[in-house]
Amino acid sequence: MSTQDKSQEAGAHFAIEGDLTIYRAAELKELVFSRIDNASAIEIDLSKVAEIDSAGLQLLIAAKLEAMIRDKQLHFVGHSKPVQEVFDLCDLGGFFGDQIVIFPHTVH
Amino acid sequence: MNLDEALKTFIIESRELLEQMEDALLRIEQAEHDPEIINAIFRAAHTIKGSAGLFGLEYIVAFTHVAESVLDKVRSNELQIESELVALLLTARDHIGALVDHAAQGEEPGEDSHQHSRKLIEQLNIYLGHKHAAPTAVAGTLVEQSHKVEREKGEGVETDNWHISLRFGTDVLRNGMDPLSFIRYLNTFGKTINVVTMVETVPPLSQLDPESCYLGFEISFQTDADKAAIEGAFEFVRDDCQIRIMPPHSKVAEYVDMIRDLPEKEMRLGEILVQCGTLTAVELEQALRRQAQSESSAKRPLGEALLEQKVVSPAVVNAALEKQKQVKDSKTAENSLIRVDADKLDQLINLIGELTIASAGTALVAQRAGISELQEAASTLSRLVEEVRDCALTLRMVQIGATFNRFQRVVRDVSKELGKDIELVISGAETELDKTVVEKIGDPLTHLVRNSMDHGIEPADVRIANGKPAKGTLHLNAFHDSGSIVIEVSDDGGGLKKDKILKKAIERGLVPADASLSDKEIFNLIFEAGFSTADVVSNLSGRGVGMDVVRRNITALRGSIDLDSEEGRGTTIRIRLPLTLAIIDGFLVGVGKSSFVIPLDLVVECIELSDEDRRAANERNYLSLRGQVLPYMRLRDMFDVSGEPVRRENVVVVQYGGTRAGLVVDTLQGEFQTVIKPLGRIFSNVNGIGGSTILGSGEVALILDVPRLVQQVSAQVEKNGLEVA
Repeated sequence: MSTQDKSQEAGAHFAIEGDLTIYRAAELKELVFSRIDNASAIEIDLSKVAEIDSAGLQLLIAAKLEAMIRDKQLHFVGHSKPVQEVFDLCDLGGFFGDQIVIFPHTVH
Repeated sequence: MNLDEALKTFIIESRELLEQMEDALLRIEQAEHDPEIINAIFRAAHTIKGSAGLFGLEYIVAFTHVAESVLDKVRSNELQIESELVALLLTARDHIGALVDHAAQGEEPGEDSHQHSRKLIEQLNIYLGHKHAAPTAVAGTLVEQSHKVEREKGEGVETDNWHISLRFGTDVLRNGMDPLSFIRYLNTFGKTINVVTMVETVPPLSQLDPESCYLGFEISFQTDADKAAIEGAFEFVRDDCQIRIMPPHSKVAEYVDMIRDLPEKEMRLGEILVQCGTLTAVELEQALRRQAQSESSAKRPLGEALLEQKVVSPAVVNAALEKQKQVKDSKTAENSLIRVDADKLDQLINLIGELTIASAGTALVAQRAGISELQEAASTLSRLVEEVRDCALTLRMVQIGATFNRFQRVVRDVSKELGKDIELVISGAETELDKTVVEKIGDPLTHLVRNSMDHGIEPADVRIANGKPAKGTLHLNAFHDSGSIVIEVSDDGGGLKKDKILKKAIERGLVPADASLSDKEIFNLIFEAGFSTADVVSNLSGRGVGMDVVRRNITALRGSIDLDSEEGRGTTIRIRLPLTLAIIDGFLVGVGKSSFVIPLDLVVECIELSDEDRRAANERNYLSLRGQVLPYMRLRDMFDVSGEPVRRENVVVVQYGGTRAGLVVDTLQGEFQTVIKPLGRIFSNVNGIGGSTILGSGEVALILDVPRLVQQVSAQVEKNGLEVA
């Protein structure tokens, strides 16, 4: 089971669970895209992402860009440790502009 | 290829590289100061580090990095290679080997191994010139030295960091690479000060092909490594990526070039460089101005632009050329070799064995049918089968050189340990033998080599007193001899003392006190099980230790071992092994209704047993072969074959290890390709039988154990020899 849905009328909140990697990139792209298509405010919960690679990161960036272009709100919440680590590595916290909670060491 | 397979390849390759590294280290010690060898060592370490990084094997990367740094200094002539350093590097090599083993077993190395790492790193650091650097931080804390001095301050930018600009190719993800892992890897030998991810190259989700890669990074990187090392990090993606590596204090102009070459808009890129801390705002302004100038100065001829580029980077061009050459070289090497699973080969050989039997059957049927066309077809078939068999068997053949070369290290280590100066001379390294035999010969050989060094070769002072050169010589030799391979281990040491061995053997009850034994028999006593104790008389002590085990190992391979020794001059141990363990050319003979196979390589000639010799058979069991005494044995008697002897018997003359003997048989049936099938355990004690095979007719024939028979025949003659003479 990879995603959970709590659809609301205008907004959507759902979680990506498990691996956010190249193996599931195609599947997740469709999923995320359909959510962005159908809602004006989207919140994606990343707290259960166990692994993320370049493909996954790219997917998140593309999703954010898609939302920006279409003037929708897209937020990532509950960044799991692997996600935080990658965001840190690539210094992308600022780009996504979401609050990243927890984590003892400073983010640049 | 999944990760497990890739890891397996990494392990295999690393082990090969480590072997090459050891080989090169040993060669370099022998005063061959060849930069090629140093390069080979460096490359081995470098490649292992690079690949280990891809698998996230941090413990290998961290340790190998230090070794590599030392090697780099040797390469650039900052360090002189001398025997102490070689010894240290050899230990480091062994340790890398141990770490790779850990990786192979999929476990983290234990605390003692970490401790060993730290100890070695400390020792290596002495060569790097900073004794007290904390081992864990070695990679990161070093400050760039050379570049600071080389570069002219005026033109260069201020920062001390490298700048790396990465644009990954679209197929990188599909090729199983993860761009993020490269950045992580950079952190293993330096520190990424700032990373800017090029988000604008990523399309919005609607246009995203999730399996293509759109990522790019601008990285400001702090390290003590050189450009080649940084380039090495990207070795696996170099072909489908745009990579630019700018050393610290690069000229502003070079950044201008870079900005011009990259796909992004100039302003944005400039800002990124500032964001990375690579350029200061002032420098950026300067760069942009320059660029504007160069653009306004109209279209420069292409040649001029190229020239300028060349001026900027001759070193880079050279490096690129060398890289290309390396890639090409390794590709040709890859093309000429294929890795094949040994099991597949075994299966092939098995099948060919069956094929051989089947083809023999066909030939038999064809002969019986009496159709000449069929016979012709059958004989063509069997010739082809024979060729296929030979080819298949050579697939398993490997040169013994690699095994011999391993002993360079053993000899080196043991001679250090013993405080003796011993040189290893290798000859016949190109002699080929079956891979299974090679694998099993390693242990017995090690034993013999150690024994020779420990107990054969005397200490230097004794040698000088005996008028020998102080440096002892150990000789490993191999050659082919009538269907077997002979491996010789000889030393120029003190030799065996016959009287002491004999005395000891009598003491132990191995031989009766009044036995009269030939020299050879006395020497061979040291292979007896009871002889192997350490408390034997001083200068033979140890000679016998485990020699019985050695002999058992060799016999298990259908081989034999014997020994020549001359007191004061040295000892030669000779191991004789069959070339292959699976299929042989046999010579089929018949006795009564039974068939026997004699390995064809051992057959010298066939003669008829003359009436005179037959009549004399009751008094003597030898005949005169052109004036020479030839002891013989009747297989009919030996194996108790029923039935009356035929009127005309034949003698097959066989030779093994320098001794000839005759085997008397009824009929000679000719050459026969023999697939050796092992006999069951209950037959293991049967004397004179080495195995069995299946004839074309489906009947079973026994394969004679000629070495045993020859030994038996000549032993008999020696027993009765006196009365005959």
